[in-house]
Amino acid sequence: MLSIIIAILLLISVTYGIFSDNIANVSYAAVNGCTDAVKLVIFLSGSMALWNGIMNIADKSGIVKKINKIISPLTKRILKGINKNPQALKMVNMNITANFLGLGNAATPLGISALKEMNKDFSIYSQRNIAVFTVLNTASIQLIPTTVAAVRLAHGSSAPFEIIPAVLITSVISAFAGCLTAYVLFTPGLKNKKEKK
Amino acid sequence: MKIIDLFVPLIIVLIFLCGLFKKVNIIDTFTEGAKNGLKTAVEILPSLILLMTAVEMFMASGADKALSDILSPVISFLGFPKECVPLAIIRPVSGSGALSVLENLFSKVSPDSFAGLTASVLMSSTETTFYTITVYFSSLKKKADYRIFLAAAAADITGFIFSSLTVRLLF
Repeated sequence: MLSIIIAILLLISVTYGIFSDNIANVSYAAVNGCTDAVKLVIFLSGSMALWNGIMNIADKSGIVKKINKIISPLTKRILKGINKNPQALKMVNMNITANFLGLGNAATPLGISALKEMNKDFSIYSQRNIAVFTVLNTASIQLIPTTVAAVRLAHGSSAPFEIIPAVLITSVISAFAGCLTAYVLFTPGLKNKKEKK
Repeated sequence: MKIIDLFVPLIIVLIFLCGLFKKVNIIDTFTEGAKNGLKTAVEILPSLILLMTAVEMFMASGADKALSDILSPVISFLGFPKECVPLAIIRPVSGSGALSVLENLFSKVSPDSFAGLTASVLMSSTETTFYTITVYFSSLKKKADYRIFLAAAAADITGFIFSSLTVRLLF
C-alpha cells in the first residue's frame, strides 16, 4: 500500500513539476528531503525516549492497573456481552489504557490479543465488539501527543502542549462517531446483512 | 499561569512519585522504556527517509496547492484551512507520510497559527486507519468488512472537521 502511495507521490511531483515549470524545486527536494528526515528523527528520538521511559515507570508503578479499574464499567457497557469473556475484557482495558498513555508499542499487541479473544464467539455481539474495538483503535484517544509536540517545538512553537484540550475533545468526538457507526452497522439482525463468521 | 502549562510537568512529577512510592527502580525502568523509544525512532527512519523525499518533492511541485484549490469550495464551507488538506488526505493512509507532511507544513506556516494548530490537533487525534485495520484483521486471518472502513471513515472525517472547530473555539 505504502509503495503505491510513494509511487503516486513521485509520479505526480514529476509530472506536475514539469507541467508548472517547477521542476527545479522538485529536483532540489529530491536531494534534500532525505536530510530533513534524519534531522526530524534526531529531534523526535529525544522525545520518544523520554516519554516511553516515563510511561514505563507509570506502567510498573501500577498506574495502568488503576486506570483499568476505572474504565472497566464503561467498556462493559459499550462492548455488550464481553463480560462472558473476562480475558477479552482485560485485554481491551489494557489496550485502551496503553493507547491513552501513548504506549502505542504496547497497545498494538494487547489489541491483537483482545481481538483474538473476542473472535471466539462467546456472544452474538462478538462481531460487533470486534468492529467497535477496531474502530476505537483507529480513532485513538491519547492524553499526551508527544510526537506532534516535539515537531511543534522543532519549529518554534511557543507552547507545544497547548493543543491538549483541543486534541482531547476532537479525539473523543471522533471516536464516538466512529464507534457509534460501527455499533449500528454491526447490530445483529439489522436488515438482511450477512454476519461474516 | 495557565493550567495547561502545569499539565505536563505535573504528570511527570506524579508518575515519578508513584514510582518511588511503589519502590520501582526508576532509573532502570526509565532506561528500559527509553531504549524502546530510541529503537522505535531508528525503526521508522528508513521508511521516513523515502517518504519525506517523496512528500517534499510533491510539495515542491506545487501539486498540493493545486489539489487544495480544487477542493477549496467544500473545504472553506467547513471552515477547514486549505493548507491542512494534504495532511487530512494522507493521515488515514500513512503515519510516517502524515508526519512528513506535518513537518513540511510547519516549514511554511507557524505551528501556532490557525492552520498549524488545526494540523497539530488533526494529527494527534486520529490514527493511521488503514494500517491499524490491516494489522488487526490480518492477525485474525479475516478480511475486514467494508462496514469497518465506513465506521473508521466516519471517525476520521469527524476528526478533521472538529480539529478546525475546536481550534477556532479554544484559541
